[in-house]
Amino acid sequence: MYVAVKGGERAIDNAHAWLAEERRGDSAVAELSVPQIREQLALAVNRVMAEGSLYDPDLAALAIKQSRGDLIEAIFLIRAYRTTLPRLGASLPVETEQMSCDRRVSATFKDAPGGQILGPTFDYTHRLLDFKLAADGEVPQAAQTTGREEQTPHIMSFLDREDLIQVEGEGADVPDDLTRAPMELPASRALRLQALTRGDEGFILGMAYSTQRGHARNHAFVAELRIGAVPVEMDIPELGFAIEIGEVTLTECETVNQFKGSKTEPPQFTRGYGLVFGMTERKAISMALVDRALRWAELGEDNVGAPAQDEEFVLYHCDNIQATGFLEHIKLPHYVDFQSELELIRKLRREATALQQVAE
Amino acid sequence: MSDYNFAYLDEQTKRMIRRAILKGLAIPGYQVPFASREMPMPYGWGTGGVQVSAAVLTPDDTFKVIDQGADDTTNAVSIRRFFQKTADVAVTEATAEASVIQTRHRIPEEQMNAGQILVYQVPIPEPLRFLEPSEVETRKMHALEEYGLMHVKLYEDISQHGAIATAYAYPVKVEDRYVMDPSPIPKFDNPKLSMPAIQLFGAGREQRIYALPPFTKVVSLDFDDYPFEATKADHACDLCGSTESYLDELIVDDAGGRMFMCSDTDYCTSRRKAGHIGAQGVPYEEDAA
Repeated sequence: MYVAVKGGERAIDNAHAWLAEERRGDSAVAELSVPQIREQLALAVNRVMAEGSLYDPDLAALAIKQSRGDLIEAIFLIRAYRTTLPRLGASLPVETEQMSCDRRVSATFKDAPGGQILGPTFDYTHRLLDFKLAADGEVPQAAQTTGREEQTPHIMSFLDREDLIQVEGEGADVPDDLTRAPMELPASRALRLQALTRGDEGFILGMAYSTQRGHARNHAFVAELRIGAVPVEMDIPELGFAIEIGEVTLTECETVNQFKGSKTEPPQFTRGYGLVFGMTERKAISMALVDRALRWAELGEDNVGAPAQDEEFVLYHCDNIQATGFLEHIKLPHYVDFQSELELIRKLRREATALQQVAE
Repeated sequence: MSDYNFAYLDEQTKRMIRRAILKGLAIPGYQVPFASREMPMPYGWGTGGVQVSAAVLTPDDTFKVIDQGADDTTNAVSIRRFFQKTADVAVTEATAEASVIQTRHRIPEEQMNAGQILVYQVPIPEPLRFLEPSEVETRKMHALEEYGLMHVKLYEDISQHGAIATAYAYPVKVEDRYVMDPSPIPKFDNPKLSMPAIQLFGAGREQRIYALPPFTKVVSLDFDDYPFEATKADHACDLCGSTESYLDELIVDDAGGRMFMCSDTDYCTSRRKAGHIGAQGVPYEEDAA
């Protein structure tokens, strides 16, 4: 006698209750607050905002808390929330020249108007575990200075004046949006950049690294990397003019790449571009390298068959929410398909064995 | 749940999905791109089916969800609960009582009728994908009705194995035009694809919807000398004794002993209620489990 297994509902309820308990951890240890995550795990918050495509540090911190620190899960929570938000309008394009820079470095010029600002970076820290931090995280106040009042011009604009850098074409008035329209290829550069800025940091980093190691090599200099807050303005129809509605912190990276010229383009420098929410410079630099690699057709370069040149490959596989969902779905029951494979394999084996016996 | 619109999606999004569904019904078997939304469940877990269900459900509908033919597999439970919560629709496990059935990997054993809608969850909508990885290329192949590659694959199967080595997601040709992936249903279910109910296929991650209107001509690909054959385990259900239904195989002891039972739990339960008892079955009792 056999009684069929049931109990999916009860299993789900129990699993969720257990998960909630595990998320809280040992209740003898103080609970983590959302502001603590927002302030002290800010780079995790930034990644969740960037790949979640929603600029809201508090919600990103909440998502990190809810997801037990699994950042892809946190990104997923933010994405699922984001799709439900009404679109009230669009801001004007942000002007990164107006950025109040916390960090600004150029690898191409020793100095330039606006200067180099190292800012709060891990660069040049020695990666030695700081055991003192385990006991006491309080820090003395860092030195203060006043920021620049005037705009900080882009380093690229100086190359532009000499006609040494390729002129970028005008984009569409309303850029493509892959969250509102199905992706169709070939994609516009705006759409590619949108996919890259939302894309998985690890994937984009791997793709960028592969170009450095020779798969569609195009040596990139970081002409400029800047991080800071920029004002966001929006046209308000009732007022008839634009007002500042807030500010967002962005990381912008412009690379300048050697270019010997092609059948269609004269020798000049070309550009890769990265722009990401928050302080996310690894991602922004990676994005710029991949952007440049994907521009081979527009610049008349050869397609050498490198993964980073393959728009379809990059755009279809960079989204970690799509990737993780599909990857993890193989945990779901596949009894029916597996059963049909079992039948088929048994049948093929039966026939093969019979043939063998006849041969013997 | 008043925070979200009926059936979760906003009306603009539903309208966009309904347009894709109508286009799909007008061109049976053609994969219509649609602006798939991020849903609160993972891609690959039925987001395409969920969006299609959300777009077709009305407050008067009765909804059934099956996964592997069963109503109480965890993901079926999860999706059913989602619509109970967001659309407050009546739910059922009885195939005949449902007006909309969302399914993963099976077609119900019981004949579906006019007025019913069967919504499939589709992981990879492109039947040519494993022969040609590029979407740009496969769309071209469909446009030109260039299906030679698929026939070569089936032919190579026969020359290598003596049979077509595809057991599920067995490709079909729709109305003599489009080659279509019927989603990963076992090929046992393929003959049922021509039916009185409307069939809608939703692939969320891949952003595609396609459809089969009632009584569409659907032919499983084969050769004259190697005709298509719908197969199942050569057993009867150990619970209800049916010899007609598709069976799951269970390992029941440490020695690897096997038993077989209907994958369609509603079909099996109905038969047991009607007094059919299989080799290891017991007379049906309410809440026996």
